[in-house]
Amino acid sequence: MMDMFPPDRSQYPAKKADGTLDIDLTSGKYLKLWQGPNHPGITGNMSVELTVCGDEVVEGKTHVGYLHRGFEKLMERRTFIQVFPIVCRVCVPEPDFNEYCYAACVEELAGIEVPEMAQWIRTLILEMGRINSYMMYLGGQAGALGQGVIGQWTTYARDLMLDRFEELTGARIYHMFILPGGVRDTLPEGFQQRMEETLREIESTLKDVYDVMFCNAVFKARTVGMGVIDPSWLEPYGVTGPNARAASVAKDVRKDAPYLVYDQLDFEPVIGHDSDIYTRADVRRRDIWVSVDLIRQILAKMPKDGAVMAPIPNVLHWQIPRGETYIRGECSRGEYGYYLVTDGSGYPRRINVRGPSYTHAMALLERMIVGINISDVAALMVSLHTYPPEIER
Amino acid sequence: MKPELMKRMVKGPDGLEFEVEPLRDYYCEAPPTVMPAAYGKIVEDLFNWARSESIWILGFGTGCGAIEMRPLMTPRFDAYRYGVQWRPTPRQANLFIISGYLSTKTLKRAIRAYEQMQNPKYVIGLGSCTINGGMYWDSYNTIKRLDDYLPVDLYIAGCMPRPEALLAGFMDLKKLIRAGNGEGANQYAENFAWYKENQKRVIHDWDMPDYNW
Amino acid sequence: MAMKELYARLKALFPLGELTEQRKDLAFVTVPAEHLRATILHLRDKEGFTHLVLLTAVDWLEEGRFQLTYLLNNRQRACDIGLRVMIPRDAATMEGIHDIWPTAATYQRELREMFGIDFPGSPRIEEDFILEGWNDIPPYRRDFDTLKYAQENYSERPGRVTHDPETHMRLQLYPGSKP
Repeated sequence: MMDMFPPDRSQYPAKKADGTLDIDLTSGKYLKLWQGPNHPGITGNMSVELTVCGDEVVEGKTHVGYLHRGFEKLMERRTFIQVFPIVCRVCVPEPDFNEYCYAACVEELAGIEVPEMAQWIRTLILEMGRINSYMMYLGGQAGALGQGVIGQWTTYARDLMLDRFEELTGARIYHMFILPGGVRDTLPEGFQQRMEETLREIESTLKDVYDVMFCNAVFKARTVGMGVIDPSWLEPYGVTGPNARAASVAKDVRKDAPYLVYDQLDFEPVIGHDSDIYTRADVRRRDIWVSVDLIRQILAKMPKDGAVMAPIPNVLHWQIPRGETYIRGECSRGEYGYYLVTDGSGYPRRINVRGPSYTHAMALLERMIVGINISDVAALMVSLHTYPPEIER
Repeated sequence: MKPELMKRMVKGPDGLEFEVEPLRDYYCEAPPTVMPAAYGKIVEDLFNWARSESIWILGFGTGCGAIEMRPLMTPRFDAYRYGVQWRPTPRQANLFIISGYLSTKTLKRAIRAYEQMQNPKYVIGLGSCTINGGMYWDSYNTIKRLDDYLPVDLYIAGCMPRPEALLAGFMDLKKLIRAGNGEGANQYAENFAWYKENQKRVIHDWDMPDYNW
Repeated sequence: MAMKELYARLKALFPLGELTEQRKDLAFVTVPAEHLRATILHLRDKEGFTHLVLLTAVDWLEEGRFQLTYLLNNRQRACDIGLRVMIPRDAATMEGIHDIWPTAATYQRELREMFGIDFPGSPRIEEDFILEGWNDIPPYRRDFDTLKYAQENYSERPGRVTHDPETHMRLQLYPGSKP
């Protein structure tokens, strides 16, 4: 059916001498649309400036900066312990990764050894956060294509996990639980059994989501074959995480460079082969199953008790010798990292947050958005699982 | 200022040349006016009751707080039973929840969305960042007091407030509206010059009309 | 050790500074600015460091220099190498690597806006990236005082008190002095 009407290439913009597109906005052929910050099909507060010709996007430019608070500058004004409450607000839906990476950087430069129980609890929290983030992604991916019921189910499952977070750390969204030196507290009584109930609810939600979303003919028709990331783009564009794993490249920091207790846990990175939107969603769904299994393994293998916090010096006068380091982890979107530079004073010299969406939402999205239909722009953006706060911090 | 927003001559499709000034041509030149109560007390009380029972929120997640608005749309916390819905466009909304800190870039878009909403409209400041800057009190890019720039009817404190706190905030807003105190839009119209001056002081590249209606 | 052998191989080809081994899989080395491009191409093509993790800058105001850090990762051998390039602070400019890694263009845009380091030829380097209508010095520089800027430009809600012990004792011992 589609080849009865071959695309009209005469509408495509010509290229100028230096390779940029020759789009004449006054010619009446092109329209500039802002899929702007106030839009239901955006994963947060960023905008994409689209130039469309009819229904097809000819050029796209990502605009970020709506959530810029100058984190890296604020962190330089605060002592090492004062940085820790603001660090979790860099990434809103999955804040624990920031705390872990920052704490690990400080521990490495200050020479603090984290006790074993704290390592296990940290891994548990990171996996719980990963499930939450993936649940929100599934709701957003289906919602971008018009299927709102998935968002209702996954937000409910996420709420159950947030209850577990509240029980463990005291807050739903911003936990501030992982400190340099360990974690704040140990697991409460009966946590394992309540977590098992939550995991069973999550599994049953996932089965429903699979039946309703992934077996849905409309979802398949709109996402299979769309938004393909060529495997040769992975290294030049710095693509990590499920976006890369869906292109058959098993990039998972938990396996490549194990941190915390991942070398004692038994799992395989989830890989997909056609790197389209459907496969990326499927890789993330299967990753939730892996995380559920990992949480069960952690709770079974974790030591029964132990110290959760290593002794740290007086935080009011904590000075760390000059040095620099980079700690990375695998968050739900890809490789997350913190680069910390200290200069011997009580304040960090420079902290740089490397969020995975930095590379996905800017250069990669602008490359992939050319030639797709307007109605698929939202689905494509959500399928890269970008969270704007970590792009502009 | 971007070149497509400057005043210039354009040639239409039929060859006719005419002058356009995009920031002025398609917008109304009159500033907003105060709208007093149109009817007597009994009818106005009925209207205020109706307004309070159907609060439609603009679905613009301006900051962190947007993440605690999503659970409100699900059956667990269910804001829909209170008559509260989320709408995508400003024309269909009468409550704007500023969910957290506002960078100056978002403030410009928030002002535009707020001015495009129709009267009577209300603003809730969610979180401690709207009250006094919160933990970004020394940041160069976020505003410290929301009510210098937009008329705020209610604040919900927290960082971040739980969904139950938001529901309690909606209850308080309903009481406010029923008592006839939801006058944010009229306050904005009366002190329009003051608000505009504050806004223009922090937004340095002002490339939109003074009043986006 | 893998990093030491790598360093020995690189030092034979390019004039490098000292190697700082942070962990067994992370090392930093200083590279002169004019040899950076050749070093990076060698690392990417011959040594397998194909992943550009980040490109950021550190402002050493006291020394009058910017340190640009290029962090590269070799996934097969699971090691990282950080290349430090020191450039002078006034009229800071550096050669772009956006033709080697297209994603570097974004990092370069951010450095231009936040630090004022120019990368001539980088795509869209002149456009606003994060800030809009910014009229002061690039904000991530050390000589930009963010608290002073915030206090001058944004009005604050009155009522903020500080319970600084030094201020309290000074007011107690010397009543009438400035708070």
